[in-house]
Amino acid sequence: MYTREQLKERALKAKDKPAAIGPDLDLSRYDKAPVEHRYIDHDELLSLPPLEKERLVMAGIDITEKERGGTYIQKDTAVVHCDVKQDGIEVIPIKKALEKYDWIWDYYWKLVAVDTDKYTAAAELDLHDGYVIRALPGAKSVYPIQACLYMDKNNLQQNVHNIIIAEEDSELHIITGCSTSPHMKRGAHLGVSEFFVKKNAKLSFTMIHNWAEDMDIRPRSVAQVEEGGLFLNNYICMKPVRSLQMYPTTHLVGENAVARFYSIIVGSPGSEYDVGGRIYLKKPGARAEIVARTISNGGKIVARGHLIGEVPDIKAHLECKGLILNGGIIHAIPELEGHTDGVEMSHEAAVGKIAQEEIAYLMSRGLSEDDAVATIVRGFLSVDIPGLPPQLQAEIDRAVEESDKDVM
Amino acid sequence: MLVIEDLQVELAGKQILKHIDLEIKPGETHILFGPNGSGKTSLLMTIMGYPQYKVTGGKITFKGVDITHMPINERAQLGIGMAYQRPPTIHGLKTRQMVKICAGNRDDVDPESLARQVNFEDFLDRDVNAGFSGGEIKRSELLQLLAQNPDLMLFDEPESGVDLENIALVGTTIAKLLQKECSPTDLKSMLQVKRERTKMGLIITHTGHILEYLTADKGQVLYNGVLSCADNPRDILQCISEMGYEECVRCTLASN
Ligand SMILES: Nc1ncnc2c1ncn2[C@@H]1O[C@H](COP(=O)(O)OP(=O)(O)OP(=O)(O)O)[C@@H](O)[C@H]1O
Ligand SMILES: [Mg+2]
Repeated sequence: MYTREQLKERALKAKDKPAAIGPDLDLSRYDKAPVEHRYIDHDELLSLPPLEKERLVMAGIDITEKERGGTYIQKDTAVVHCDVKQDGIEVIPIKKALEKYDWIWDYYWKLVAVDTDKYTAAAELDLHDGYVIRALPGAKSVYPIQACLYMDKNNLQQNVHNIIIAEEDSELHIITGCSTSPHMKRGAHLGVSEFFVKKNAKLSFTMIHNWAEDMDIRPRSVAQVEEGGLFLNNYICMKPVRSLQMYPTTHLVGENAVARFYSIIVGSPGSEYDVGGRIYLKKPGARAEIVARTISNGGKIVARGHLIGEVPDIKAHLECKGLILNGGIIHAIPELEGHTDGVEMSHEAAVGKIAQEEIAYLMSRGLSEDDAVATIVRGFLSVDIPGLPPQLQAEIDRAVEESDKDVM
Repeated sequence: MLVIEDLQVELAGKQILKHIDLEIKPGETHILFGPNGSGKTSLLMTIMGYPQYKVTGGKITFKGVDITHMPINERAQLGIGMAYQRPPTIHGLKTRQMVKICAGNRDDVDPESLARQVNFEDFLDRDVNAGFSGGEIKRSELLQLLAQNPDLMLFDEPESGVDLENIALVGTTIAKLLQKECSPTDLKSMLQVKRERTKMGLIITHTGHILEYLTADKGQVLYNGVLSCADNPRDILQCISEMGYEECVRCTLASN
């Protein structure tokens, strides 16, 4: 166990260290000072101004909390709402957890190295807050837990650290939305997330990003899945950002552990996305799948995927499909790495435009050209995600539907 | 009525249809024969309006409207529909949604009951044409036409690759679509039944199996981009099988 001082010391050494990939950010441009916001209860949540409400809803947040098992909302640097309705599931602001619970030290910075780069370092040196969500052994979340990291203050650099733990035999579903208030223009979001999926547990994590045009986003996340565990990681980003770079990594450390990543990204003009997924298969029986759908609407998208098979009897597949609609760049970089006999790994990557033949086919069924294109794009973006609760599939479908207007 | 006059079409810089004349009256169904590569699919695609089939001369009129240069979807709206030989796969679009699209999203069309007619209920939740077998594609195309219910139906080899059990289903469905299944009743004479027919059909076939399920009004042979015709499709079929396409075309040309 590191002491907090040791962590700080390591962070300090890395505070100017650029990331391995992606555009470098000058963090001195942003404000990091805490921003006060008072706590709001359930009723106040319901009576938020319509515009703010809409931003939350777009990020997958159900403000009625009806079909959610718990809620965490952080506005800028302050936790403004945090409650949980289901026994066996805990939702705790991380600062509070660090103060009150010893067990948190078994998880804090255990998967992500604090000195990975200046962004992880900043999350330690100026930690604002973040959530700890834990399903106790055997607990099954009836409704998904929702978390929202909301940014309101212009030019803020939001530093967040999240820890998600699915204890043995538990089942936990989380939807997390990131969004900005309508007037917010510029800012940075640095978010560290560490996921622990224990023996035979099932964790689904669906992240919907709704940033603003001049935002820079640097999530840093690592997951560890034990024997028989399942980690389902979905990522949806349909809105413009200035730059977003992340390469979430998962280690399948137990036999028959499974990880599946699905991501849907629409790249708007002026936006730069460098997004990928990396999965290490370290025990026999491990399975991994990465599915990415990207559309460039004039933006630049680097879609990475990296599967590493370290032992025999593992299976992994990577599928990366890109569609260039209105200019822009899609750069697909699929990587497979087999370290031994007996691995079964494959990939499928394609970047192209909509086939004229498909448009004509739909037009011959009566659709106008624009409707035909919209129908094909919607189909392209619709991925069936086995094991995802219906409420979350509905959120993904809605986000895709919503983006139609922007894409066309 | 569909009227094609002196139609000339180019595909990829090569002339594939030469001076085609064709007339299909309301209620009529024509059969189109011809060797592989003779331009049969090209003719149907040109009628449907695929822009890569470039019309370099002549014109196409449907219901009195000149459609020679009309976009595909406007032709569809005017009442032209096609069952394709090799339709594309559309990933992420469920067959169920496609049926609704074909029906113009009308509420009174129920995909389930339409699918039942062509034994296709199990496919409604699969992506359109994704991994469909040859025979399944035919039924999928028929299902779409059932929903669309156009006035002029272009069938591109609807019975090729269909198994013995499904062929009857395909045959009777096409007959139904083309209003060919009604027989004379006590109330209506055959002549009346015939007169009340409005649907028009153009069916490409190599085998002529489809003729066992409906009577066609005319047979046509397309050979080297040239169309020739005879009155009875069964006679043409017999002629082709006995003497081959070339002889058949020569004899029909001579008799015209
Ligand atoms: N994209 C293309 N470029 C060049 N030639 C083409 C292209 N598409 C089709 N053709 C050619 O046009 C000709 C007519 O093709 P078409 O599909 O109309 O034939 P068909 O009569 O329907 O044949 P089949 O009985 O085999 O279905 C063929 O020689 C074909 O190879
Ligand atoms: Mg053909």
